[in-house]
Amino acid sequence: MSEQLFKVTIDNITIEVPAGTTILNAARKIGGDVTPPAMCYYSKLEGSGGKCRTCLVEVSKGSEKDPRPMPKLVASCRTTVMDGMEVKSATSPKVLDARAGVVEMLLINHPLDCPICDQAGECHLQDLSYEHGKNGTRYEFQRRTFHKVDLGDKIQLHMTRCILCYRCVFTADQLTETREHGVLDRGDHAQIATFIQKNLQNDFIGNVIDVCPVGALTDKTFRFKNRVWFTKPVDAHRNCSNPKCCGEVQLWMRGDEVFRVTARKDEWGEVKEASNGKTGWICNECRFDKKHTNDWVIEGPSHVNRHSVISQGHYEHLEKPQEFLPELMHRQPRLLMDIHSASEVNKPDIELSEIKGPAHSTDFNK
Amino acid sequence: MGRKLLLEKAHVEGIRTYDVYRREGGYRSVEKALKTMSPDAIVEEVKKSGLRGRGGAGFPAGMKWSFIAKPEGVPRHLVCNADESEPGTFKDRYLMEFIPHLLIEGLIVSSFALGSNDTYIYIRGEYAWIVDILEQAITEAKNNGWLGKNILGSGFDCNIHVQRGAGAYICGEETALIESLEGKRGNPRIKPPFPAIKGLWGRPTVVNNVETLAAVVPIINEGGEEYAKIGVGKSTGTKLISACGNINKPGVYEIDMTISVEEFIYSDEYCGGIANGKRLKACIPGGSSVPILPANLLLKTAKGETRYMNYESLSDGGFATGSMMGSGGFIVFDEDQCVVKNTYTLARFYRHESCGQCSPCREGTGWMEKILWNIETGKGKSSDIDLLWDIQRRIEGNTICPLGDAAAWPVAAAIRHFRDEFEWHVANPQESQLRNFGLAHYADDIHVPATV
Ligand SMILES: Cc1cc2nc3c(=O)[nH]c(=O)nc-3n(C[C@H](O)[C@H](O)[C@H](O)COP(=O)(O)O)c2cc1C
Ligand code: SF4
Ligand code: SF4
Ligand code: FES
Repeated sequence: MSEQLFKVTIDNITIEVPAGTTILNAARKIGGDVTPPAMCYYSKLEGSGGKCRTCLVEVSKGSEKDPRPMPKLVASCRTTVMDGMEVKSATSPKVLDARAGVVEMLLINHPLDCPICDQAGECHLQDLSYEHGKNGTRYEFQRRTFHKVDLGDKIQLHMTRCILCYRCVFTADQLTETREHGVLDRGDHAQIATFIQKNLQNDFIGNVIDVCPVGALTDKTFRFKNRVWFTKPVDAHRNCSNPKCCGEVQLWMRGDEVFRVTARKDEWGEVKEASNGKTGWICNECRFDKKHTNDWVIEGPSHVNRHSVISQGHYEHLEKPQEFLPELMHRQPRLLMDIHSASEVNKPDIELSEIKGPAHSTDFNK
Repeated sequence: MGRKLLLEKAHVEGIRTYDVYRREGGYRSVEKALKTMSPDAIVEEVKKSGLRGRGGAGFPAGMKWSFIAKPEGVPRHLVCNADESEPGTFKDRYLMEFIPHLLIEGLIVSSFALGSNDTYIYIRGEYAWIVDILEQAITEAKNNGWLGKNILGSGFDCNIHVQRGAGAYICGEETALIESLEGKRGNPRIKPPFPAIKGLWGRPTVVNNVETLAAVVPIINEGGEEYAKIGVGKSTGTKLISACGNINKPGVYEIDMTISVEEFIYSDEYCGGIANGKRLKACIPGGSSVPILPANLLLKTAKGETRYMNYESLSDGGFATGSMMGSGGFIVFDEDQCVVKNTYTLARFYRHESCGQCSPCREGTGWMEKILWNIETGKGKSSDIDLLWDIQRRIEGNTICPLGDAAAWPVAAAIRHFRDEFEWHVANPQESQLRNFGLAHYADDIHVPATV
């Protein structure tokens, strides 16, 4: 079947895309500011999208055949282009207003605990609020809180941070044999849960961490070990014995230490295609258990967009300065203090996320 | 006295049983349809009748039926929406409880028209006892050859299955209903595709309200054109209204849509006036989702004309000065009722019933509830009123399903028409806890600018 091409104009930029392409994917082809933010759509997960409403756009002309504008803003991730369609994203005041509204809604119950959240630095909600949000909040009520839940010994669920994008549910559904978790209850009291707290034990379940746009699902083997922007991502691979696993990963390293292993991500924050042409999901063994450089064949530093906070280490094309101290002193310098051990001063046993509202000294003197 | 087509026989002794129902002329429409009409001819008849969906949106039923896709070899389904969970609406319950065979009869004819061999009734979980009534009626119909294989020798097979919901308002939304019927979580689907193309188990499906499907019986018996003669304009036939609130005679009334709102509230044939000799303050004419109107705009349109109980007249003036027929849940408020409290109650309902898929509805409904609670309990600020307006504005139109709109509209309408009352609550935090704002000027004549 020869591919039919449709002409679509987004923010006055015209491109041709195959019939069946969504507005969002057409906009991603153009790139830059015209691309609507997308918090729930995930091109590798069937059925995803349509929920978060951050990707709303205005269709000012339906198509060449039927030029009528669409009456409401539409979710660009779930609306396919028509020939001659004209779309307004960043150029529509209506869209910008609705988007700011969605950002506000997503944040009213978010704990904003970025300083203690492992996702900080690679969190899509942070990026979204930074670009489309406003300073301050009009929300004057207690934020909704949930207890943290351990889903097995490798994954932690921080429901308080969840934006209910459903990505992890689709991932578990589509990647693993059995889905053991889902959405419980409804409305603003809905939650991701296993119902009866139990392990998520599937050999691919670790991928839910990679699809989670926020810090709701985090890797317990990396928990509080480091800030992502202090670690440097390095592309690496191994010959994984699991036939479904591509074995192509990113190692997040500091010095020679591997802090974390994740799948490789593209510029939209989605798991990339692997060299075998399939989506590069990785198995739990590669993710959680292979934390030594000699487990891996290192390919070299991953390319990181220079606007990302992760690029602040400027490690690409970096020349390592000569170590001169050992030469000078004829021994290794002695460390005065191990900065990686936790201090008791701040009472680490107090659960910060369960403190409602700002923390006070009284919270720590209990 | 208006004509009754649905409830005329509802109080005949024993009408719930097959024998009495049949003796009173029941199942004639099935005989007529299956023996003398083609499915297309039935659809044509329903189109001619002008029947509009009675579930809330008022979409022409015949048109909806004609959209159903007919791919070769793929089964099609008719689903009867008996989820009826909108606050103020209880007409379907009445119909199913008192005259269940009328629904079954309508379902058989409609299933034949649409080619549905397996038809489902999705019924609100709380209507547990009605499930038994319906199943009894289905068994009787089957035993008498109106259901099952080769009905009346026409070659048409049909079975009706009753499925109970589990207590979620959102499962009344047709795509959430379909998900729930498939055994999944009742989240509305993203449209398109519409159910007429891909519905239950991916098959072409029509979802209609109980009353809509029951109305097919008189349409087939009397002919679409005869049916269309009742009523006025695009509001043809009769409509069930469930009236409640501060009226003398709450209940379910079948009206032909030519009577005025004033007559409906005050005449002894219907609501019998406001209870306890009080005065009318406000009314939600079509179920909790539609805009509330103050007394003056309820009885007369902004142009000063009489408002009637029909689709067009109730929505005259748009949302600025009108409301909607909705699902026919007619809620009347007397002068002692507090609009702020009522708005809070509705907001609480929608927060509880949002499915939580889309962020504006999930978060916005909860936010509105909290602000309204503050205003209601004397802790509100004047900026809260504008904030409420802003929140509802950003929910409306930006969500997957109309529940978002349904949550936004009551708040918007209450602020639009009763802003004084909100402001009074904010300005008088103590007094507002002790007494009500009262009728104020809400029943005063509206000044209508003279037209040249
Ligand atoms: C939140 C929500 C709840 C609804 N609940 C009901 C209901 O309880 N009963 C009903 O008949 N329609 C309900 N509807 C409307 C249905 O989606 C659908 O439009 C209707 O069943 C179509 O039937 P009709 O064309 O015969 O009116 C609801 C819609 C929404 C958005
Ligand atoms: S836990 Fe993460 S991936 Fe799952 S629904 Fe919440 S935000 Fe989305
Ligand atoms: S509008 Fe509300 S009820 Fe409807 S899909 Fe969205 S969250 Fe669910
Ligand atoms: S990305 Fe389109 S609605 Fe979430």
